[in-house]
Amino acid sequence: MTWEPVIGVEVHVELSTRSKMFCGCAVDFTSPPNTNVCPVCLGLPGALPVPNRRAIEHLMSIGLALGSEVSSRSVFHRKNYFYADLPKNYQISQYDVPVCRGGHLDITVDGETRRIGIERAHMEEDTGKSTHVGLGGRIHAASATLLDFNRSGVPLVEIVSRPDIHSASDARVFAQELRGLVLELGVSDARLEEGSLRFDANVSIRPAGSTGLGTKVEIKNMNSFRSLERAVDHEVSRQIGVAESGGELVQETRHWDEEAGVTHPMRTKEGSSDYRYFTEPDLVPMTFDDAWISSVAATLPELPAQRRSRYQEVGLDGRQAATLAESPPRIRQVFDEATGLGADPTAAFNWLSGEVVSHLRRAGLESEELHLGGAELFELVTIVEEGLVSATAAKEVLEGVLTGEGGPREVASSRDLIQVSDATRIGEVVDAVLTANPDAVAGYRDRGEEKVVGFLVGQVMRQTQGKADPRVVNELLREKLASQPGGTPATG
Amino acid sequence: MPVDVDIAYVARLARLELSDDELETYRAQLGVILEHAARVQDLEGDPHVEATHTLGLENVFRDDVVTASLSRDEVLAAAPEARDGYFVAPPALET
Ligand SMILES: [Zn+2]
Repeated sequence: MTWEPVIGVEVHVELSTRSKMFCGCAVDFTSPPNTNVCPVCLGLPGALPVPNRRAIEHLMSIGLALGSEVSSRSVFHRKNYFYADLPKNYQISQYDVPVCRGGHLDITVDGETRRIGIERAHMEEDTGKSTHVGLGGRIHAASATLLDFNRSGVPLVEIVSRPDIHSASDARVFAQELRGLVLELGVSDARLEEGSLRFDANVSIRPAGSTGLGTKVEIKNMNSFRSLERAVDHEVSRQIGVAESGGELVQETRHWDEEAGVTHPMRTKEGSSDYRYFTEPDLVPMTFDDAWISSVAATLPELPAQRRSRYQEVGLDGRQAATLAESPPRIRQVFDEATGLGADPTAAFNWLSGEVVSHLRRAGLESEELHLGGAELFELVTIVEEGLVSATAAKEVLEGVLTGEGGPREVASSRDLIQVSDATRIGEVVDAVLTANPDAVAGYRDRGEEKVVGFLVGQVMRQTQGKADPRVVNELLREKLASQPGGTPATG
Repeated sequence: MPVDVDIAYVARLARLELSDDELETYRAQLGVILEHAARVQDLEGDPHVEATHTLGLENVFRDDVVTASLSRDEVLAAAPEARDGYFVAPPALET
């Protein structure tokens, strides 16, 4: 039997606000342990949380970018559980009335776009950080847990996809696309190595072609795109193995062990009812009116998916559009300006993704240090189209522009790269070459030797130091060869 | 109508260690509370009436401004055990 994996991904995004979610402690992961803490984020009795408006607006922008509906009213809940890194013994989170509901994120794999539904996006707070240490250097016999509460209370957004994903690699691409989105929105640093993005996945399998849902297993603890993909892959194989050997899959939560590359069942898993969610009595409801929602919507930048389709609309193919969409802002700006002035999009893209990028790499420059404006790229594309410089000479022109010698026309002329396409001037050279090579002429005329044309073009190019327009040279040569005394046109 | 409570389970979730006598006492008491709550829930009326927040306030926020944190020495002075700037808790390797 063929099986189809059914996967939903949950992404936790740490927001890059200045202060925490419910108190004024700084969000700064470079600080020494337990220096950004106060009664609120340490869960001391009597401390009262007050939500950070900017964090809520960051969540609204994420929702709006995903096409979610921002609820008109939303409340916080307490999620109760015990863990050393959770000082209040509950996490302030959201339950049945999240800030954002619905929406979608499009992913493109091998030129094919798939729409992944979004279930919800809600606001919560991060926990502290625990480090398990052993005494006397015995790593495996952990003897204590060290706790740093600098991360406790950092705003965390949880984005939950619908079970619309059907392969481990699509799960990874979804997560990567989401990372691109939050980076573009400027709401998170999205640094995987620092844990600002964390992934869980819900995985089940069903016979290919059926529409039912199998037994769902939640896998937790993935901190990189690679581990997300590996964990899902592993879990799908495990489930297929169990199903095919006649075993029964159980609904459970499994922990991803990155080193071993396997998932283990978690010993104690509390179900949703065990979290005893109830409305957070210390926080009042939030309401979102149209004015607030549209003021946040007005600040949204162009998102990667929108950018890709815009580039495709101006004429790039899917791969080019994707490459450009992921390019640094400065590169995209030069592209937009040049094409806005009328430069051919494919030509502009080819220059930017080829010569320009390798110039930056060679020179060890950041793209912001690029010495090329949109108008200059437009001019470069134009002079190639006009035949003022050859494609080869244009690379030299660009070199000159990038090193500050001036604009493309200026560099073409100062470096003496302007292509000769004047038929009279080239004609003179062609005549001279024909006269100097009677054998070749005879070979073409009498025996129809086609290779002679190539040889003669080469001679003309040499005489003109490569500056003659090869198209004109070719045309004139054929014309003049055909009209040589006693000649019969060998080809048209 | 009496409400049946799995009191041992509730106690475990709350990490409470209770004797058999205590379990029985609290089971009865919690049953009465839940019975009352069930009666309130049965009341006719608009289910959307605000029952969880009674202050009449909404949208209370703070600006994203950093304020002073506590001094670490002060914070850790209240901890049963501290080491190198960290709180120390018993080993927790539960996964
Ligand atoms: Zn704090």
